[in-house]
Amino acid sequence: MIMVQYDIVIVGGGPAGMAAAVAAYDAGCRDVVILDREVQAGGILMQCIHNGFGLHKLGKELTGPEYAAVYEEKVRSRNIPVYLETTVTSVSPDKIVTAQNRHGILKIQAKAVILAMGCRERSRGALNICGSRPSGVYSAGTAQKLVNCMGYQVGKRVVILGSGDIGLIMARRMSYEGAKVEAVCEVMPYSGGLTRNIVQCLEDFDIPLYLSTTVIQIHGKERLEGVTIAQVDEKRHPIEDTKRYIPCDTLLLSVGLIPENELTRSAGIPIDPVTNGALVDENCQTKVPGIFACGNVLQVHDLVDYVSEEAERAGVGAVKYINGLKASNTCIETKAGFGVRYVLPQTITSKDEDVALFLRVTQPFGKVKFSVTEGNKVLATTKKLKAAPGEMEKITVKASALQSVTGPITVDLEVL
Amino acid sequence: MKRNLVCIICPRGCSLLADITENGVTVTGNACPKGEEYAVNECTNPVRTVTATVRVSNRHNTMASVKTAMPVPKDKMMDVMKALRSTQIEAPVAVGDIVLKEICGSDIIVTKAVL
Repeated sequence: MIMVQYDIVIVGGGPAGMAAAVAAYDAGCRDVVILDREVQAGGILMQCIHNGFGLHKLGKELTGPEYAAVYEEKVRSRNIPVYLETTVTSVSPDKIVTAQNRHGILKIQAKAVILAMGCRERSRGALNICGSRPSGVYSAGTAQKLVNCMGYQVGKRVVILGSGDIGLIMARRMSYEGAKVEAVCEVMPYSGGLTRNIVQCLEDFDIPLYLSTTVIQIHGKERLEGVTIAQVDEKRHPIEDTKRYIPCDTLLLSVGLIPENELTRSAGIPIDPVTNGALVDENCQTKVPGIFACGNVLQVHDLVDYVSEEAERAGVGAVKYINGLKASNTCIETKAGFGVRYVLPQTITSKDEDVALFLRVTQPFGKVKFSVTEGNKVLATTKKLKAAPGEMEKITVKASALQSVTGPITVDLEVL
Repeated sequence: MKRNLVCIICPRGCSLLADITENGVTVTGNACPKGEEYAVNECTNPVRTVTATVRVSNRHNTMASVKTAMPVPKDKMMDVMKALRSTQIEAPVAVGDIVLKEICGSDIIVTKAVL
């Protein structure tokens, strides 16, 4: 068995992994390697052929593959090695990374590990939709890969369950490909996707969006023949007399993403039950020193631009760790208060620099004011014209405001 | 005439109000100049960037992703798709290579390299 050494091993070569590698390199670490199980780097971006990426981070509007290509070039120009078709099978708390590829099993002793495995889709099994098990039921991302990368036509008459961005994007994509999208159903009373996607993916194609509505039965033996949909009450129970049958040959499920944290868990790294990602500090360091996490494996993002930024913090944090720069006794916990589902990072370990807190709200709100407080003391505030669970919020707490903090800090929102 | 719009240029998704008169379109609610341009276009000549794929004839089960280099009129989106359906390209192609020229007023360019 081969045993090699690297300063920083990055698990995953998607947008998070590549940005972390580039940031670590630029922070002075020349001994970085990226491991990825696919035949090409780029992760999920390679199947996201629609545009809208990079406006925030790169100042131009790109498609997914173009955004990935920008980072691939950054990786290539720095001669950072990328092992493709290499699947990491375990990460140990003492930072031995075990991977497997066509050459056999590879063990790498790292000084720091950055976890950037991304997330995967929730599937039909997680929903308990009753009915038969015909072909034609896909997770939206699977259908996206089949259509966009492999050129299959997955269906002609489509119902989409879930109005997250992937569901909306696929509604447009299937329409472009000549399919008829009969409906997008969303169990919640609001869409989980960006408003711009409702406009350009549904309204442009006259696709109806049914809120507080779900699929309650799947019909068909060999191939999907139709679905029964129904409105739901406030407890999300189907309302009997709203049941309706829609003939279709394809059902796409866009019903949530799960950070892919099997490696994280097996390394004994504590996971936040709300984000389903690791508990981290402001450098994206997990509770196991020297192991970092960033991108969708840490928290599911809505914009790749923010994935890249988070990964850069992880990359720089890993270099700081290797250089032994981390020696503070500070440990401030962050808490989610009223209207806030979670706050990330969960701990702050330094008062030397401003800290950005990322959060999601519990439900759609109009005009709100976010406040970061320690007891009665207000550390930071910011106002927004509207806030929705589908859009991540960011509040920066100044280093000067952190100086006097001793206990936990809480982020609340106030409806204005 | 007044029209409520949601800007699709960036994820911020500003709610816009376009007031359409004989003298032109006045836009409010936009956080940046792109929002005004979007609303004026939307009321006069709505345009969209079309993103799609074309088959790579000399690679198994492989598609190259493509887009219109410029936004095309919204009612021409399906014409672009029709032109692409009958198009095949040969690898290798690089990002930015032109697949088709002047389709509905825009070139079609490659967005993913196929080696």
